[in-house]
Amino acid sequence: MDLLSIRDLTVDFNTPEGIVRAVNGISFDVPKGKTVGLVGESGSGKSVTSLAAMGLIPNPPGKITGGQILFEGKDLVGASDEEMRKIRGNEISMIFQEPMSALNPVFKVGDQIAEVLMLHKGMNKKEAWQKAEELLHQVGIPDPKSSVQKYPHEMSGGQKQRVCIAIAIACEPKLLIADEPTTALDVTIQKQVLELMFDLQEKYKMGMLFITHDLSVIADIADDVVVMYRSNLVEKSDTKKIFTSAQHPYTKGLLACRPSLDKNPSRLLTVADFMDEQGNEIEVDPEKTKLASKPKQEHKDDDVLLEVNNLHTHFPIKGGLFGKTVDHFKAVNGVSFKVQRGKTLGLVGESGCGKTTLGRTILRLIEPTAGQVIYDGVDLTKLDKKQLREMRSRMQIIFQDPYSSLNPRMTIGETLLEPMDLHNIGANKKEKIDRAKWLMEKVGLSASQLSRYPHEFSGGQRQRICIARALAVNPDFIICDESVSALDVSVQAQVLNLLLDLQDEFGLTYIFISHDLSVVNFISDEVAVMNRGKIVELDKAFKVYHNPENDYTKSLLSAIPKGVPKELLEEGTR
Amino acid sequence: MSSTWNYIFRRVLYLIPVLLGVCFLIFFLFNVVAGDPTGILLGKHATASQMAELREQLGLNKPLIAQYFDVVKSAFTFDFGRSWATKQQISQMIAQGAIPSLSVTLPGFFLATVVSILLATIVAYFRGKGIDLFIRILTIAMMSISSLVYIMVFQWLFAFELGWFEISGFEYSFPEVMPYITLPIIIWIVLSLGPDTRFYRTLILDEMYQDYVRTARAKGVSEKKILLKHVLRNAMIPIITYTVVQLPFLLLGSILLESFFSIPGLGNMVINALNASDFPVLKAITVLSAVAYIVFTLVQDILYTVVDPRVKLK
Repeated sequence: MDLLSIRDLTVDFNTPEGIVRAVNGISFDVPKGKTVGLVGESGSGKSVTSLAAMGLIPNPPGKITGGQILFEGKDLVGASDEEMRKIRGNEISMIFQEPMSALNPVFKVGDQIAEVLMLHKGMNKKEAWQKAEELLHQVGIPDPKSSVQKYPHEMSGGQKQRVCIAIAIACEPKLLIADEPTTALDVTIQKQVLELMFDLQEKYKMGMLFITHDLSVIADIADDVVVMYRSNLVEKSDTKKIFTSAQHPYTKGLLACRPSLDKNPSRLLTVADFMDEQGNEIEVDPEKTKLASKPKQEHKDDDVLLEVNNLHTHFPIKGGLFGKTVDHFKAVNGVSFKVQRGKTLGLVGESGCGKTTLGRTILRLIEPTAGQVIYDGVDLTKLDKKQLREMRSRMQIIFQDPYSSLNPRMTIGETLLEPMDLHNIGANKKEKIDRAKWLMEKVGLSASQLSRYPHEFSGGQRQRICIARALAVNPDFIICDESVSALDVSVQAQVLNLLLDLQDEFGLTYIFISHDLSVVNFISDEVAVMNRGKIVELDKAFKVYHNPENDYTKSLLSAIPKGVPKELLEEGTR
Repeated sequence: MSSTWNYIFRRVLYLIPVLLGVCFLIFFLFNVVAGDPTGILLGKHATASQMAELREQLGLNKPLIAQYFDVVKSAFTFDFGRSWATKQQISQMIAQGAIPSLSVTLPGFFLATVVSILLATIVAYFRGKGIDLFIRILTIAMMSISSLVYIMVFQWLFAFELGWFEISGFEYSFPEVMPYITLPIIIWIVLSLGPDTRFYRTLILDEMYQDYVRTARAKGVSEKKILLKHVLRNAMIPIITYTVVQLPFLLLGSILLESFFSIPGLGNMVINALNASDFPVLKAITVLSAVAYIVFTLVQDILYTVVDPRVKLK
């Protein structure tokens, strides 16, 4: 008997637009002590499936309308609230994506771990706190004795996720459900957290259901993989088979769209190259696969568009009775580099390394403390407000979160027209609207969508709108600040291809900021690695990735998920 | 902790420039813009010498800078001089008026807050169900009726017809005062209940959709405990924002309730002062509310540190 058996599970959501089927009759098993990866994009129904197993589907509007969820043979569908409460956190526990918000901000970490132990194991407060300390030690939090007394905001993102894991394993559950547990974390932290989860699984012989949109994350840890697409289960098989001989076109597309370090294609394949709108398999255009194996051309011209000289951005740290500045936090600490016209500089580093501050300082969205930013022969740091505003139309930025960077009360048309009005682009209203329509088509959307509002678009579409907005003022330089990080891998590939197409067409120059080294490798000509406010390595992309000189770069590179199961890699080298 | 004391000390120092500014505005309004009050005080048939005498008496012949200094001094000493109308010490009048005002507003405000948070919590627990809908409709209905209707109907029914309470008046001793203040307190609560319950319900429901609530559910914590332990503690942060800034206004009392129930509170005093152009009293009340407001925003900041560990006063 399997630990968890999902049989013909169907979940419907009652929405104002009618009933939406989120999960459509799917069946799969999680055997005892094994890991099953559940893969799919946003809205595929993977999270709803896991919430169903926990009995946490918000009802209303959601409802399990068919099938069974057998946990050790007992059907959880229709179990009473009381029964489910005894199982949750005790026999089945769950870890969520966002460690930043998953913990209650006003309770100490110790309280939050102890709560679950007191609830299910009948411990008193003292015992539970003692056990909490032990658990923190197990999940690798330094100095557990003082850490139990901390509040969540006093910990880093990785540490918070470790606390969430500690809560999840506190009662030694039989099944652990992890919903994108590492998506919000940096690569090195991601690697550590994955290893921790794997070790704990071995130790406690837990079954694990690991949900992700990124196949490469689970390549090493999953025994079986279940692929979901638009509420349906499209493929299930053991992990090795998925990576060697995937059957469904969606799975093939998913495997192909992730940029990898060893191949340097000029464009990424996307799911749309494998499958048409109806979900039927189509022949992959051989022209595209050919391109995909062609290495990027080496450019050797010396047309510098942007030169940054010894740039510093310091933030004051206040202290004392009257808030005197006692010290400075050196977010950007003496950075110099050049970007060639029409090329892309990739800027990688982990959270807090100063890469975002650097990007914003270049555009003077944050004022520099010292140094020069020479853009096309003009030192931006010397410009007054008016001159700077004129320059702004040439330099644009695309932010990370396509959900919050569009004004929800402005139509897409208004959003695109606003920067044109500011910079006097287009002689009259009609010309501007025509340009907006043209932009929409350039970024792969339809001109007829101009009158819609942001909430009517998906994340990938919104990021396309943000790109169109940046292009509206005819810039020649764009900073992409984690612009694809919030997107699913399949959507990410499309947006990356779009950025490259636009670069070719308009001769754009990019600074591409990201914590994802594979993405930066794919899109950049040159790569700068940042750590603690300084650039530690700067060279041609392939050189940084294949012959890194700096130790920090090496450690970053080794943390990237290989994207293929270990045994396959070993076979390959044999 | 020492940084908190530093913060409090600094905030108390900030009081000085803020008060100087407030005093300047008051001085500008009453001593410069308002013009010569002697005409109003002495009536149409005053002679020039009478007016000059009064001006001398009221200190209006002093240079403007000295008059400004008088206002500033009163903000720190709370010595506001004498009322033009009643000739009483203003500080004494305020002390006497504050008792009736606060004996209505304090219990009214406290009970209204507790009851509406309680109601909001119940409504949030049963969100989307019948009881939620019922209370929401009821609160809208309560808000839709003019406050004058409550006052007149309650006064007529409970005080006049049924005779449970006194119709109007006040006693300075407890428990003799109860028949006079109970009805105004009840009306105060009824008036606040509608908007407050709706507001607190929104605050609590906002918290209900946070990720940490999902985590608590995944731990197996019961809905009741999630609401009472996890959610309410987080909702305290905006609740404090909403309630504490209302406290200084309690001192001034409810002008409406005080005039209908003839309660000799500060609200009544302000009305009388306005009618009599009693500038010193109005000045005193304005200075006093400014001070109270500044003090209570400081109290609010300190309370934040108690309920929210993320807030550090530096």
